[in-house]
Amino acid sequence: MARVIVNLPASAKRGEIIEIRTLAGHSMETGFRRTQLGELVPRDIINRFVCTYNGAEVFRADLHPAIAANPLIVFTTVATESGTLEFRWTGDNGFSATHTASISVV
Amino acid sequence: MRIVFFVLAFFPPALSAEIPLAERRSGYEFMSRETRAMQDDEATGPAALWLLDGEALWVRQAGESARSCADCHKDMKGVAVRYPAVHSSRLVNLDQRINICRLEQQKAPALQLEGRELLALSAYVGRQSRGMPIEVPVDAKTRPHLDAGRAAFQRRQGQLNLSCAQCHDRHWGGSLAGNPIPQAHPTGYPLYRLEWQSLGSLQRRLRNCMIGVRAEPYAYGAPEYVELEYFLMWRARGMKLETPAVRP
Repeated sequence: MARVIVNLPASAKRGEIIEIRTLAGHSMETGFRRTQLGELVPRDIINRFVCTYNGAEVFRADLHPAIAANPLIVFTTVATESGTLEFRWTGDNGFSATHTASISVV
Repeated sequence: MRIVFFVLAFFPPALSAEIPLAERRSGYEFMSRETRAMQDDEATGPAALWLLDGEALWVRQAGESARSCADCHKDMKGVAVRYPAVHSSRLVNLDQRINICRLEQQKAPALQLEGRELLALSAYVGRQSRGMPIEVPVDAKTRPHLDAGRAAFQRRQGQLNLSCAQCHDRHWGGSLAGNPIPQAHPTGYPLYRLEWQSLGSLQRRLRNCMIGVRAEPYAYGAPEYVELEYFLMWRARGMKLETPAVRP
């Protein structure tokens, strides 16, 4: 169950800097841990997070092992015009989650 | 005989020096600024993922009855602060009470203790009592459970021969391996523990402490755990519920 939470203001003034908070539910298994029988637990992490604002990329992050489970990514962008923001997380084992949010800029 | 005398002189048995009511502090107050910020961030705190799952499970039909929790229960405000409680002559915690409802009312299989779904449901129910004072009722029927829980709290156990009270009543505020020793008030369970990278119940936390003193932990759902939970909730009476909290 890919579960994500995105929190951003519903509206903003033009040119205002807005804070966007994103949380993705993911175990972020590092690939370095072993079971009690000594077998390596295969790596299973989110590799990349991308945010686009009306189609233009405004933020991107590469994620690596040793980033905590359920990664919280907080970033800012400038509210330029009304439209939609799209968030996409992709990772190992075909993990993919998307979320869209709209903002009205006045 | 003389040896026994000397041992007792240097290591007196734990006296029941309980923390005065006014000096009790939630584990929140022992946390770093950053960890507090995680708990205060309700919308995007890590426990929010479980709350969403819990909300979805609450309205999902289950079992032969094809009824959801929401079909019978409207508001669960004030419920979590009253558990553990006696249900048909057995002391049960909130997780076990949810499972009783599933078995008896929904005619659905019980959820696995400490499993993601049960934690999500109990966090969702607990969240509705956030900010309310803990108030587990004590009466003649539950008094033996309270006494058993208190005895367990004060009983030395494990290879390290430590009781809960030795750390949490007498040495709170000190540090253990660099970490502050809190007073052990169960004000925010189920909670997101950074060490677990997950939500977990009070029983999981008790299990951690028991392994810490090298005692053999009980199985999840064991009556010994529930009695200890009951005592701890009574010990934290009047303190505000923080469910779902965040702890380091």
